[in-house]
Amino acid sequence: MAFLRRAGFALGLPIVLFTLWWVTSASSTDFYFPPLSRIVDSLVEEWFGPRLADDVLPSLIRLTAGYLIAALVGITLGVLIGTYKRLRDLLEPVLEFFRAIPPPVVVPILMLIFGIENTMKIVVITFGCMWPILLNTAEGVRAVDSVLSDTAKTYRISGAARLRNLILPAASPQIFAGLRQGLSVAIILMVISELFAASDGLGFAIVQAQRSFAIPEMWAGMLMLGLLGFLLSLLFRLVENRWLAWYHGLRRAQRAG
Amino acid sequence: MSNSPPVTVYEPAADNADAGVAPQSTRPRRSLGASPVVLGAIGLLALVALFEILPRIGVLNRRFFPTSTEIGSALIDQVQQSEFWVALLDTLQGWALGLAIAAVAGVVLGIIIGSSQLLRDITASTIEFVRPIPSVALIPLAVLLFGTSIESKLLLVVYAAFFQMLIQVLYGVQDVDPVAQDTARAYRFSFVARVRYVTWPTALPYVMTGLRLSAAVALILAVTAELVIGNPGIGNRLAVAQSSGAIAATYALVVVAGLLGVIVNLVFRFIERRALSWHPSQRGEVAV
Repeated sequence: MAFLRRAGFALGLPIVLFTLWWVTSASSTDFYFPPLSRIVDSLVEEWFGPRLADDVLPSLIRLTAGYLIAALVGITLGVLIGTYKRLRDLLEPVLEFFRAIPPPVVVPILMLIFGIENTMKIVVITFGCMWPILLNTAEGVRAVDSVLSDTAKTYRISGAARLRNLILPAASPQIFAGLRQGLSVAIILMVISELFAASDGLGFAIVQAQRSFAIPEMWAGMLMLGLLGFLLSLLFRLVENRWLAWYHGLRRAQRAG
Repeated sequence: MSNSPPVTVYEPAADNADAGVAPQSTRPRRSLGASPVVLGAIGLLALVALFEILPRIGVLNRRFFPTSTEIGSALIDQVQQSEFWVALLDTLQGWALGLAIAAVAGVVLGIIIGSSQLLRDITASTIEFVRPIPSVALIPLAVLLFGTSIESKLLLVVYAAFFQMLIQVLYGVQDVDPVAQDTARAYRFSFVARVRYVTWPTALPYVMTGLRLSAAVALILAVTAELVIGNPGIGNRLAVAQSSGAIAATYALVVVAGLLGVIVNLVFRFIERRALSWHPSQRGEVAV
């Protein structure tokens, strides 16, 4: 019963909204707002058909590559900057500046340097989503519990063992917060980088549809992009829940006690 | 034998020296004059110097990396043009208007939804679904409906900033002390009075965090819209500079966009501190 209740709450409003859209647009003759049935047709035929391999896959590969590089670089630099106070003081204003640059703005410059191929798109994604990861990691490392850190020092735990057993686990909630922010930035940049110059990709295909006034395809592409964003954040949540299970458990216990 | 030299060189540098220094050095070292402000200034100067030297000695290709002085003079050149200021105002106008709409909508809806368990349960899945949809997905629609007029920029800005705001307000409203809430109910406070005296003060820190995050996102989306859609503004100027091959000007405008972002951050952090000066700041910032 409780399960049914929860399912009802979770599905109720989405079903109502979807039905509402379906019914109100069913006889729509407005060129820009085609019936939802046609959009869904196009979604199934085009996007889950040939375009899945032709456009969605290349986008996803670039996203994954850029995101992983950003995670690696961001966490490494973040640990360094978080550990050494003077390095942090030295770099803080510089990092604040780089973080404040709206990432899409660097696309025109990176286009000059790296051309318009995959390299440019991966670099754009990496550049944009690196900052939240880096800054959150640095903050997490800086705020490691001083008792834990002193205990580790007393036991002469240092170097790699200290990093693996103390620093990274202690900072991981913050690191994941950064990774989550980074992911949404990465998706945005994946699309933006394909708007300028590309021959394949999700962003390219959607703009192509818009320019050729293939409106149902455009709507379908937007839905596809939304679906992708949703699924990726779901996947991220699964990974996070697994990885940070100890932390969430700790928080629950603290709140209960 | 061949192993030992690298180890002795490597060890102190990587582990011992720095690991030992970091925790102890915070106080005694700072008094030596290397304050964070000075170090920060050195860092910035080093960045400028690197951008001057590396292109000159050919480490970076000068065709793509203008020197700091070239970027600086391009920046001065920009500042002297009245079109630059018009573009800057266009960007700021879209940003401020979009942020204001998103903030008001986010606060009002957040308080209404957050105050009722039923509404929270009903809307939770929808919000969770809609929120990760990247705002750039709306670009084609914005272009079709509004072209390059300010509405297309606003659509993107409002959409992106609204969810940042809404989520923070929802967290904030849930944070209300149930005893305070029940007390207000027992004294027959009306809904409006409860919002005014119980919910709002509790949620204010979250609202401020939301406002700061939204302000940053709104700026990103305003510039992005100008860059991609072509609304008048800094982003559009940058696209024009790039396509006409004015590299130094392109870099100068990126610097302007970055400075704009820094200023927005600083201003909103200042507002946050002022608005919450009464608050015991015993809160964890909810990262989104």
